Amino acid sequence: MISLEDRFSQLSALGEKALIPFVTAGDPPLDQLPSILSALCEGGADAIEIGLPFSDPIADGPAIQASSQRALDRGVTPRDVLATISSWSNPGIPLILMGYYNPVLKMTHERFAKSAREAEVSGVIISDLTPEESDAWIQAALAEGLEPIFLTAPTSTDARLDAVVARGKGFIYAISRTGVTGHGSEVPPESRDLVQRIKSRTQLPVCVGFGISQPDHVRMVCQLADGAVVGSVLVNLLAEKWDSGGGRDEVISLIRGLKDATRA
Amino acid sequence: MLSKPDSRGRFGTFGGRYVPETLIPALEELENEFERSWADPDFHDEFNGLLKNYVGRPTPLTEARRLSDATGYHVVIKREDLNHTGAHKINNALGQCLLARRMGKTRIIAETGAGQHGVATATVCALFGLKCEVYMGEEDCARQQLNVFRMKLLGATVHPVSSGTRTLKDALNEAMRDWVTNVEDTHYIIGTAAGPHPYPYMVREFQKVIGEECRSQYLDQYGRLPDLGIACVGGGSNAIGFFAGFLSDESVELLGVEAGGLGLTSGQHAAPLTAGSPGVLHGSYSYLMQDEDGQILGTHSVSAGLDYPGVGAEHSFLKDLGRVRYSAITDEEALSAFRKVAELEGLIPAFESAHAFAPLFQPDFQPAGTRIVVNMSGRGDKDMESAVKLLQL
Repeated sequence: MISLEDRFSQLSALGEKALIPFVTAGDPPLDQLPSILSALCEGGADAIEIGLPFSDPIADGPAIQASSQRALDRGVTPRDVLATISSWSNPGIPLILMGYYNPVLKMTHERFAKSAREAEVSGVIISDLTPEESDAWIQAALAEGLEPIFLTAPTSTDARLDAVVARGKGFIYAISRTGVTGHGSEVPPESRDLVQRIKSRTQLPVCVGFGISQPDHVRMVCQLADGAVVGSVLVNLLAEKWDSGGGRDEVISLIRGLKDATRA
Repeated sequence: MLSKPDSRGRFGTFGGRYVPETLIPALEELENEFERSWADPDFHDEFNGLLKNYVGRPTPLTEARRLSDATGYHVVIKREDLNHTGAHKINNALGQCLLARRMGKTRIIAETGAGQHGVATATVCALFGLKCEVYMGEEDCARQQLNVFRMKLLGATVHPVSSGTRTLKDALNEAMRDWVTNVEDTHYIIGTAAGPHPYPYMVREFQKVIGEECRSQYLDQYGRLPDLGIACVGGGSNAIGFFAGFLSDESVELLGVEAGGLGLTSGQHAAPLTAGSPGVLHGSYSYLMQDEDGQILGTHSVSAGLDYPGVGAEHSFLKDLGRVRYSAITDEEALSAFRKVAELEGLIPAFESAHAFAPLFQPDFQPAGTRIVVNMSGRGDKDMESAVKLLQL
């Protein structure tokens, strides 16, 4: 297992920024996840976010909502997801679990953190858990060597950014706009201001997500930030084209195009 | 004394604030504005003036003679059905709209199940000239069609929600997503006592007029307090407002009635307090219906307003404290009560409120002569189309 912070140091030495694709565990079917992860690595992903499906994803737009629902309809559970990740021979890429709080709470913080560590996961993002409510979770995550990652938004006050940078590990996730996940035609200007406000108070890397779908978006984000998270466009491509390895070339080509945009 | 949530918005261990980061500043702004306004006599003057002259408060307390004869109890009914728009929901919609105006928000969104909260919100928005958009599950749009028409006539836009179970839970999800996107100019009027802090507390404060009025009316009319108060519980706004008047009176027992749907053993119900377990949904830690992996379960109730897998945090607190007892009533029992109350008292309760009447007809519910107040949270006009089908009228 490689930590996110180490990965960002390596990239920095190479003069590159991070490309972090997001994939929903269980959509396409869970047995496809290992080969999807391998394809993302081949395309040049620097870390991968794996979405844990939840029945009521209030921070997600239509693409990831529908994807989560398909995964749940296939009966995917957090335990299955973690077992599948464990079975994948990870070539050394940091994995990040991204989900909602109730499934974590139901499994208990300690068991969830332990299972994630056993699956060689590096970081965890919980979309509806803010620093104020996360004492117990942070303690459990740190005890297992996981990096708890927190989200910031253009609406976050300076005081809230201080709270996030004081507690977050791995990187700080900057939400590009007020809104849910999904396509945007351009990177909103307020995201630059947010990245600058975060950078002025921490050495931690900053990655921008939500509405990032094209190489131009990634290029723009990487002018200031340390990486870009790309979700819905990949989720949609996988849903449309991935068929037991079919569509692999298109996935690799999408990721490669986005990764190239992270190189100055 | 009514309990106030702690600085983290918790009643005991329940409540809190579990939402995407984008919304936290808006919740902080709302909390501050509510605290400021609720301490401001001018706000109370405006709120109380509108409750009196626009909503029609105080609502009567009606002695139910034939219902008392039929059941052997002494039953009186708190008449929230007589509020303008036909339910208690307008108390809260009005209070939150006044806050939205103070915060300079120009756009209002709401979720609705039975449509009563949507209608109340659309009504108050018309009164103040605010733009109003309401999210309502597709299934609920069909079974409460009359309320969809009312909202449209009042100038609101109704967005049918086709995701998930297409009921109240999904309407709430969609309203949250709208709020995350448009938080700068939009206030989200949550209609129930659930959701992230400060909603459970604020909604109780706006609804406690029900219980405070009722207590004082009961004392005036009978020179004593009732033995038992009953209210239906979906998210729990009418119940918490009604209970609030009596929580300090140890002699008054309180009963919250959840939707038992096809029966608790069927799994087809909406009774998180009776048959669920604590977890996080829609921004707060409270009892809810979930599977072993923490996914939220689908619910069933004949009543769209109770068809919700979560419940307000203060109810969870009162349940664990043992101060309020919670039970569940099946669709069949509720429909039977709906018909009996109409025949015996000339009152047609909402399907939701029919759940609160139903225990009166259960064998050995209480000792004969028990003095009971039932909170009739709303009137049943909206349910006539469903009643025609279900009761073969």
